[in-house]
Amino acid sequence: MKQTTLIYKLIMALTGLFLCFFLIIHLLGNLQLLSPPELAREQFNWYSHLLSGNIVIKIISYVLYLSIIAHAVYALIITRVNAKAQGSKYIYDKRSEVSSWNSRNMGILGTIILIFLIIHFKDYWYIYKFGNLPLDADGNKDLYTIVITSFQQAWYVILYELSFIALGFHLLHGFFSAARTLGLYHLRYAQAIRIVGWIYSLAITLGFMLIPIYIYFNLNS
Amino acid sequence: MKLKLKIWRQENREAKGNMISYDVEGISEHMSFLEMLDLLNERLITKGERVIEFDHDCREGICGACGMMINGRAHGPLSGTTTCQLHMRSFKDGETLYIEPFRAAAFPVLRDLKIDRTAFDHVIQSGGYVSASTGQAPESNSILIPHDITEAAFDAAACIGCGACVATCKNSSAALFTSAKISHLVLLPQGKTESADRVIQMVNQMDEEGFGHCSNTDACEVECPQEISTLHIGRMNYEYNKALLLRK
Ligand code: HEM
Ligand code: SF4
Ligand code: FES
Repeated sequence: MKQTTLIYKLIMALTGLFLCFFLIIHLLGNLQLLSPPELAREQFNWYSHLLSGNIVIKIISYVLYLSIIAHAVYALIITRVNAKAQGSKYIYDKRSEVSSWNSRNMGILGTIILIFLIIHFKDYWYIYKFGNLPLDADGNKDLYTIVITSFQQAWYVILYELSFIALGFHLLHGFFSAARTLGLYHLRYAQAIRIVGWIYSLAITLGFMLIPIYIYFNLNS
Repeated sequence: MKLKLKIWRQENREAKGNMISYDVEGISEHMSFLEMLDLLNERLITKGERVIEFDHDCREGICGACGMMINGRAHGPLSGTTTCQLHMRSFKDGETLYIEPFRAAAFPVLRDLKIDRTAFDHVIQSGGYVSASTGQAPESNSILIPHDITEAAFDAAACIGCGACVATCKNSSAALFTSAKISHLVLLPQGKTESADRVIQMVNQMDEEGFGHCSNTDACEVECPQEISTLHIGRMNYEYNKALLLRK
């Protein structure tokens, strides 16, 4: 089978949708941080420990790493194909009037997300896996304290909020676009997917945005 | 009306082009855009200069030859309109207009505003047909097709191959054009039988001609003079994915 850009797009759609699914689970887990501090510490640390020991979660996490890498690699490949497909530049270009900014700049939004992910992995995932963490009362690694401490810094909160905004715009186009790539062509369902995409993107983005702000303003120690 | 035109002039495929300014007076607002260019060309001929070359044929919006970029938009500021159906009343007296050819690596500029759209022909040749042993035309009611299906197929078949979708796409993708051809055939019983091979071949050919992939920005649907829906791109993807999974 010949490798076409449509196959690359198909891989991007499938990996992108898996990431979309993962974001739901990730957000639900993180919402525990909004419980009263003592309960939240116990719950969140227990939950984090649960995830790190489970074989099913292990498999899902490898699919996750692979998805992020494949999604980004194919993004790079199709961006290069596109650059080659373009003719000489228009001298006077108003083509942007007929499409949305985020649909045209998925690469820029994705790059912001990627940079965010590297920082995010380094500060929590790496520290949790390989760092020396204090233990909480139940003997679980105290990731809760690490999280709460990091969000006492205003610049760190702002970094997160800006990345979530980029994610939100990426999702808003990505969710709909993936449905199209997978072959949704029925008018009624295509319209429904637009609405579901809006609801999904808003819920995920606002949900993630709420947590650092809540911690910064309410758990200031 | 009096207009300042900045028009792309390019000697041939290899030459480097650039924008040249022309002041044109005495334009009627009832003229079509192409008639306005005719007026300028007549004046250039009297002055002994080389005319501005542009493609056109039907001048009634059905052949797709007249594509050009006007003020940064494919076929000008109106959506769903060919250049020949655009009239000067859409512009203001004294305005400056930028006129350029459609640009894409797969559409080389031949001269001035004329481009080579052979890449579209290659995409059609790769599968945009129904194989049939010719002979007498069959009795028209021997294959019954519901009216809404024929209408849907006809909507897709209305594509005039103008290239505006490619020109306006940030990726120079031919997805709307190709999907219109695929949809039109797959909707009809005569076209269904070859649908798997067709979609694979046409999508391969699209890549081979050097068109980019589709980012689903939907810009093409806005600029398409025939208002071909991007849902056809969804249908092409559906047919492609189905062929990947099920083709023997
Ligand atoms: C949580 C993270 C992410 C999620 C949930 C996500 C989701 C998606 C989805 C669903 C699509 C639509 C695929 C399609 O059009 O068929 C998409 C497209 C895209 N993604 Fe992501 N993505 C994420 C991260 C990234 C990263 C890290 C990059 C880049 C380094 C990236 C670059 C892109 C690009 C360039 C496109 C557009 C492809 C096109 O032009 O059609 N994404 N994303
Ligand atoms: S799909 Fe529309 S814009 Fe594209 S070639 Fe056909 S008629 Fe022109
Ligand atoms: S000249 Fe035929 S469509 Fe404009």
